[in-house]
Amino acid sequence: MQYLIAVIDSDTGATGSATDDEMAAVGAFNDGLRERGQWVFAGGLADPTTATVVDDRDGACVVSDGPFVETKEYVAGIWVVEAADLDVALKLAADGSRACHRRVEVRPFL
Amino acid sequence: MSTSAEAALVRAHRDEWGLCVATLNRRYGDLDVAEEAVAEAFARAVERWPVDGVPDRPGAWLTTTAHRVALDRLRREGRRDEKHRAAAVLGGDAAGPAEPLGVVDDPRLRLLFTCCHPALAMPSRVALTLRMVGGLTVPEIARGLLVGESATARRITRAKDKIRAAGIPYRVPDADDLPARVSGVLAVLFLVFNEGYLATGADTDPVRRDLTAEAVRLTRLLRELLRGLRMDDGEATGLLALMLLTEARTATRVDDDGVLVPLPEQDRTRWDPVLLGEGQALVRERLAAVAASGVGPGRYQLLAAVNAVHTSARSVEETDWAQVLALYDRLLALDPSPVVALNRAVAVAEVSGPAAALELVEALAGDLGGYHALHATRAHLLDRLGRTDDARAAYEAAIEVAGNTAETAYLTRRRDTLDAGSGG
Repeated sequence: MQYLIAVIDSDTGATGSATDDEMAAVGAFNDGLRERGQWVFAGGLADPTTATVVDDRDGACVVSDGPFVETKEYVAGIWVVEAADLDVALKLAADGSRACHRRVEVRPFL
Repeated sequence: MSTSAEAALVRAHRDEWGLCVATLNRRYGDLDVAEEAVAEAFARAVERWPVDGVPDRPGAWLTTTAHRVALDRLRREGRRDEKHRAAAVLGGDAAGPAEPLGVVDDPRLRLLFTCCHPALAMPSRVALTLRMVGGLTVPEIARGLLVGESATARRITRAKDKIRAAGIPYRVPDADDLPARVSGVLAVLFLVFNEGYLATGADTDPVRRDLTAEAVRLTRLLRELLRGLRMDDGEATGLLALMLLTEARTATRVDDDGVLVPLPEQDRTRWDPVLLGEGQALVRERLAAVAASGVGPGRYQLLAAVNAVHTSARSVEETDWAQVLALYDRLLALDPSPVVALNRAVAVAEVSGPAAALELVEALAGDLGGYHALHATRAHLLDRLGRTDDARAAYEAAIEVAGNTAETAYLTRRRDTLDAGSGG
């Protein structure tokens, strides 16, 4: 199965960008994922204020500035991993959370 | 229905339900399919057994019938192949010998771990365990847990959906995860037992024997399975002992008028000697094991030990309260929660007097203001200190927040006795 591990960041905490130590830990975690064949994709996301919402459902393309919903907590980065089941995914999520020093949310792909 | 068929059905339901669901789930990798097929197999047994006679091997009859029902459903839905593949992926028959399961691999143990998975909310774990492992019906679970039937059904359905969609595995967790996961299962079983022992509904029976019996049965099963796998069963044994020593007192806990009878006033000659004997033997077994291993006892073992002290005394006066207090000191170090501190204060009252205990209880009022036992304990201590008016107010506060019928009746009587005693 594939799982999304979303990194949760908060603008109330003083977390902001990742520190050098966090970047190094994330790099090591990613290397491990690749070695074990669990890597699908990963990446950090720019601040939510850089988001643009596009709505072309009615054919009249409406483009608007900002995230689709304003929240104190937002997704700051993602991993997509290959794991046999949720227990394996939760272990990876725990390692990832420790590496980037943030909370993460695990969701299965359909 | 003939009594022999009826008895066989009751026995089969108790012994075979969880095993059947677990076996079907293992084959098809889908709890929903498993549950429905097993329920249908039991419904057919209700029809067939009184007519055809009870089969020689009821469990095999039920499993075979359930397999047939499940295959029919999957064929009808055109997803027979898909389910076989899913089962293989999720640790079914085709998953290979990768799992070091030791000498015993009871499918019910896997099922218990699936139903009590930490990715499910606690109320869902309780409802799902009672349904899948215990075989209770949705209305029975709803009554037991005092939740509406449709809410209970939704909770179980959502949990099954999450297990499927999120890939919650059907297997015994890795050795690293096992201690934490076993304690998660024990927490569910303890909750089921407590819900049965002290049902919180205003109008329900004070003791729900079906829930307590189910919790005892499942804890016994978990303990046997852990022992079979040569895994640490200290806390499972502790919980089983705690349940047995508590269950042994059930007959004396509520009087004929439905009023709660507190421990000091219970008729100790009516405690169940068989349950007491087994519970106390388990506590002794754990004491010896703890002494030999040097690993301190966990929460359930300590609570069981407290109950062993209580149940081995002939009266409340003969109770070794110093020993009870020492056990609560250890428990509080392990679990510094206000409820444990309140129970410890009861022991302090017997060792150091009501004034010392009252001081401790009043310090907990902020945390436990909505908990009837805080007010009831406070009322009792105030009464012993001769502060009758304060005691009356505390009993009234306790009555206001108590949920259990027997408890409310007891508190009301205590308050009224207070009024009579003071001549008011």
